[in-house]
Amino acid sequence: MNWSRTMTVARTDVKQLVLAKDFWLPMSILGSIFFIIVPLILLLSITSLGDVAAVQNIADTLEILPQKAQDQIKGDTPQGRTSYALAVFLFAPMAVVVPLTISTAVGAASLVGERARGTGEFLAHSPAATKEIYLGKLLASLLPDYFTTMVGFTCYSLIVGPDVGGWFFPTTQWWLLMLFVLPGFMVIGLSLVLRLSGKVKSTAAAQQASGLITLPLIAISYAQASGAIYGTAGTTIIIGAITWAIGLTSTWRGMSSVKRQRLLGVADGV
Amino acid sequence: MKQVSSHPATPAVSLRGIAKSFNDVTALSDLDVEAPDGQITVLLGPNGAGKTTAIRIVTGAMSTEAGTVRTLGLDPEVDGEEVRHACGVVSAKPALYDRLTGNENLRYAAELNSVAKNIIDDRIWAAAGRFGIEHALNSQVGGYSTGMKTRLALARSVLHEPTLLLFDEPTSGLDPESAQAVLQLIRDMTSDGHTVVMCTHHLVEAEGLADHVVVLDSGTDLVAGPPGKLIRRFWPNDSVEIAVEGDRSIEDVALLDGVIRTEPSKNGVRVILENPGVTPDVVKALVRSGHRIEMVNPHEPTLEELYFAVRKSARDLGESARADAVAR
Repeated sequence: MNWSRTMTVARTDVKQLVLAKDFWLPMSILGSIFFIIVPLILLLSITSLGDVAAVQNIADTLEILPQKAQDQIKGDTPQGRTSYALAVFLFAPMAVVVPLTISTAVGAASLVGERARGTGEFLAHSPAATKEIYLGKLLASLLPDYFTTMVGFTCYSLIVGPDVGGWFFPTTQWWLLMLFVLPGFMVIGLSLVLRLSGKVKSTAAAQQASGLITLPLIAISYAQASGAIYGTAGTTIIIGAITWAIGLTSTWRGMSSVKRQRLLGVADGV
Repeated sequence: MKQVSSHPATPAVSLRGIAKSFNDVTALSDLDVEAPDGQITVLLGPNGAGKTTAIRIVTGAMSTEAGTVRTLGLDPEVDGEEVRHACGVVSAKPALYDRLTGNENLRYAAELNSVAKNIIDDRIWAAAGRFGIEHALNSQVGGYSTGMKTRLALARSVLHEPTLLLFDEPTSGLDPESAQAVLQLIRDMTSDGHTVVMCTHHLVEAEGLADHVVVLDSGTDLVAGPPGKLIRRFWPNDSVEIAVEGDRSIEDVALLDGVIRTEPSKNGVRVILENPGVTPDVVKALVRSGHRIEMVNPHEPTLEELYFAVRKSARDLGESARADAVAR
């Protein structure tokens, strides 16, 4: 395993992504919608509604949350408590949706895209091992998505924070989620998507099939993210450890699944 | 890392009894190819003959179902990294990254081939300069013409100073001037000691370029060897093409001493001779019998003629084998 070659593949792919305006523009819009526009509209609506029944109902619903979670909710008024709960427990886990969506799009096109553009021929004849190519592509999909998520979430915190009562966000569990649990979920998703990308005939087919894999994964990760925030730091660490164990196993298996001749587009059954 | 072989007696590429199929389609069947070290070997054959598949097998980009592969003395299935490091490949499509600049494409190849970081820039400029592409190194490859892309792909193939160069239809899509320039560059490379294996179905390209040819059809080799030797094998005797005025037959020259036979040709009659010294006697005899001679052209069979003769002979053999099978 030559890490220098792995990083070369990753760096070159990232460079191409940065140059692909037709890719990052829609993804930036998607990130803005999830991280900024939707939360802002909803929170502003709540804070400007006043003491109406809808806000009171949400505030009452918070009573069914676990006690530990209830203890974390800050704010003196029903509006304040509702805004805080929505910001931390409802919208913040959305942060897992954006990177998984972006990474699906990037990962799905990576191996099959090389084949479609004919550049797979160059990689197939290169000294790079298929494991190095697979891992390089995984990193190239993972890093920009993670970076986008962190930037998006920082914007979210800066914009939403004052609206929910000040600079008390994010919480400890949230940091654990972002720095430990979320990358694990992204690794699981990407390792599966890349394996698919190496097996299907076209980018469109890869994206369709990847969607089928990542939709349930998004649902699971969203649930786990919510659970991680509701629960204790210990729960979050356990969820993260399990996620990473699955992600690394899946990556290890994925590294062996890519066949050199699949880069040429002539592998058996393809 | 294992050392690649450069012993002159060892062929740079040796494929023996190679078989490969894709689902139900047989791509290669009992293919034998040898590419002598330091020479240009041209794989000739129609589309679908198996040329590209053979190239892919040489580097280990594709595995075989049967047979033995030795590239520079190594088995690409076992020592793939070493083999691919020693090979420079230009595929039929240039396989370049359109969004990157020429410089970035070359750098990517150099880094994958583990060229030392402190000499990458020098190598890039040297390779680009050699193929006349240095002025476009900072432009995105997406804006390159087909000829420029081919030149960049050629530059990329030599960047890491490989021993063996594999070119798959390197002039495909090029205008005649660019194609000639590329062929000249390929010719120049063997003078540097490189071994070149090139695929083409353009017979004119192979003419004068090939030191060694392998004619492929339907995934197997029909004949192989230096063009001169192959031509002599198919046409062991010298011949002249003769054209005369009018439509009087000159086929009775076949009765002259030293003439083996005559056969119709494009511009007149081809006279097959025991040796070239008989030509003046044939001309004298024709003049004596009242013919006005328009053309006497010593005939040197071309690679194109060889190719068609080989394929016709293979077809005839195939038909007779089928006929034998039916008779049995």
